[in-house]
Amino acid sequence: MRLLVSLLLCLCIPQVWAAEANAPKLDVGKGGECVKDTQWMRKNHMHVLKHQRDETVRKGIRVEQDALKNCVECHASTSDNSVTAREDSFCVGCHRYAAVKIDCFECHASKRKQALANKDVK
Amino acid sequence: MSEIDTQRRQFLKTSAGAAAIAIAPGMMLYQTAQGDTQAASSTVRWGMLIDTAQCKEGCNDCVSACNKENGLSGKTGATDSQWIRKIEIKDVSSGRALSLPMMCQHCEHPPCVDVCPTQASFKRADGIVLVDRHLCIGCRYCMMACPYKARSFVHETLTDQNPDVPRGKGTVEACSLCVHRIDKGQKPACAEACQNKAILFGDLNDANSDIYKKVRSVASVQIRADLQLNPGVRYQGL
Amino acid sequence: MADLSKLYSMNRLYYVLLALGGLAVLGGAYAVFMMEHHGHIISGMNNQIVWGMPHVFAIFLIVAASGVLNVASIGSVFGKAVYKARAPLASLLSIAMLAGGLAVLMLDLGRPDRIIVAATNYNLTSVFAWNVVLYSGMFSLVIVYLWTMMERRMNPFNKAAGLAVFIWRFVLTTGTGLIFAFLTARQAYGSALLPPMFIVLSFAWGLAVFHVVQKVIYSWNEKTLDPAILQRTKNLLGVFIVGSLYMVATYHLTNMYFAHQTGFERFILMDGGVYPNLFWWGYVVLGNALPLLLIYFPGLGKTRCVMIASMMVVLGAFALLYVFIIGGQAYPLNIFPGYEVVSSFADGQVASYAPSLYEILLGFGGLAIAFLITTVSVRVLNFMPQDKPYISD
Repeated sequence: MRLLVSLLLCLCIPQVWAAEANAPKLDVGKGGECVKDTQWMRKNHMHVLKHQRDETVRKGIRVEQDALKNCVECHASTSDNSVTAREDSFCVGCHRYAAVKIDCFECHASKRKQALANKDVK
Repeated sequence: MSEIDTQRRQFLKTSAGAAAIAIAPGMMLYQTAQGDTQAASSTVRWGMLIDTAQCKEGCNDCVSACNKENGLSGKTGATDSQWIRKIEIKDVSSGRALSLPMMCQHCEHPPCVDVCPTQASFKRADGIVLVDRHLCIGCRYCMMACPYKARSFVHETLTDQNPDVPRGKGTVEACSLCVHRIDKGQKPACAEACQNKAILFGDLNDANSDIYKKVRSVASVQIRADLQLNPGVRYQGL
Repeated sequence: MADLSKLYSMNRLYYVLLALGGLAVLGGAYAVFMMEHHGHIISGMNNQIVWGMPHVFAIFLIVAASGVLNVASIGSVFGKAVYKARAPLASLLSIAMLAGGLAVLMLDLGRPDRIIVAATNYNLTSVFAWNVVLYSGMFSLVIVYLWTMMERRMNPFNKAAGLAVFIWRFVLTTGTGLIFAFLTARQAYGSALLPPMFIVLSFAWGLAVFHVVQKVIYSWNEKTLDPAILQRTKNLLGVFIVGSLYMVATYHLTNMYFAHQTGFERFILMDGGVYPNLFWWGYVVLGNALPLLLIYFPGLGKTRCVMIASMMVVLGAFALLYVFIIGGQAYPLNIFPGYEVVSSFADGQVASYAPSLYEILLGFGGLAIAFLITTVSVRVLNFMPQDKPYISD
């Protein structure tokens, strides 16, 4: 048993180390920790978003803190106001690295509200 | 008890503990976060009373306000979305002409909800009929079923949507009664924009609301009342 | 040696046919890709005509898939040997057409990538959702039915499976008719006559398709169909054509009986432009009158005539579905009875529709899927009807 565990550890540690080394450098925008710590969010953000999505759309429960809109507000790049515009944008960068396709931004705005409002004025 | 049994118990205990630790923060998060937000209540029935006498022919303020609020293009081609439209009607026998806005009538028994194969069309507790675009597969059966032609299908890729109003290609959409505004305690954009106050918005169940009182004092009708869908939008002077 | 070269050329022809079918499927796939990428803007469909050409193809395939099983049912349920010998081929055609029709229907969705949602979020009140169950159930039932016919050890269950398929396909075509019958607000639909009408139509369309495929398979195997057998099935086709004509006539006559529907009937039968033309020339003349003449006129009714009649019935089916589905939506929805209406959303106006190339490619892609499944299956398994000499029923 112990042998198996140590073998697994030996196999995993270099992997984790390698993964860290290759991890994408993201433009995290303003960033911060408004819901949970970074590691927890990396692992669980989709559950929070999906839970929030059903609560909001179907029941009208709007928790500002968990709303995708709110994520974009902080995590959009400070240079182009977007979470998807570039290779290293907050959402795109990591999702490309993890090879997970998302279609959130086919409908949801990927830019800060302010940026979109300014565009309307112009 | 054998040694293996003890080991197994130990293992089960630790893993159960680990699972609890992993799940607990999530549970806590939802409990604290939901504390201050209200779900739509079934004691409310949002509705509108449209006074056709006040609605002016040629005036398009409600339509423009809707387009701006919800990020619609405002184009009126065959494939463009129109959540609200002005209809000019003329009684064939008497010749009396009227102008009125037409949008999703937010039925109590909506046919679109009945026919939707995936429960994407649904009625919220407070009577607002919506499309859950996360579930919509774009079959367009609801558009066939709607007696008011209230729904549009998004035919093209959209960009730069309003953050409050997500909408996208391949799904069906319609007037949401500006649900994002209602949840903030505001009126729908069309009702706010109408200069002649032709659109009265409110809770049809609230005895203190203007709409409750007016619906009980003036004559108003529901369109295609013969279908017995009990729409939340009523028309006065039709 | 001469025989061998013949075999080679047949073999080559088989692969040419496969390639042609494959090409049509590829065309359909291209259309799907384009429609996925650009959205339905590149189709002719719009917010007034929400169901277009793909639905004409899909509904034809699904209705015919149910109707072709009639051949099998007459054999298995009513015990007619001539038909029983044809039950495997009929079942194969049914599966093939169902697959083609469903593929078109699913790939025309706005979000075909989400099709799994139809299985995970099920709305009990939706006819569409019922049909998801009906179609998949039909698929599995027909496969089991085929199994009971082709596997000797399963033969004892053949009768039961045949009966199950017989019942299921009635329910299935009823479901297809109900998709329209429940649209109470639209003048063209919302009639209780539609499910039975679709059932009778399915008989005629299914048998017509069966005739054509059977003829091709016999020629391929250099056999000739016993004229006595053709005589029986051709008379049956004649009866089905008369039956379907009766149902369609009844549907239109009942509509005319209701005052508020006369406008729609006038549109679809007289002044609707392409729709009355398609209805009278395409459906009534080409799809019914001429085939009946070919079948029953003294001196006609030979193999060639029956084949031409069957193909005409299929073309007539497309004409009728085009008029029914697209014409039904083109006629303005009556939101304010008794009023003239004008708006920016085509209220009170006849909606215009021109099918785009992509829609047609998608439709033919569905036909090609059915064609490929049939061609390959007929080659690798024994679907050739085995008639015993001296039939005694």
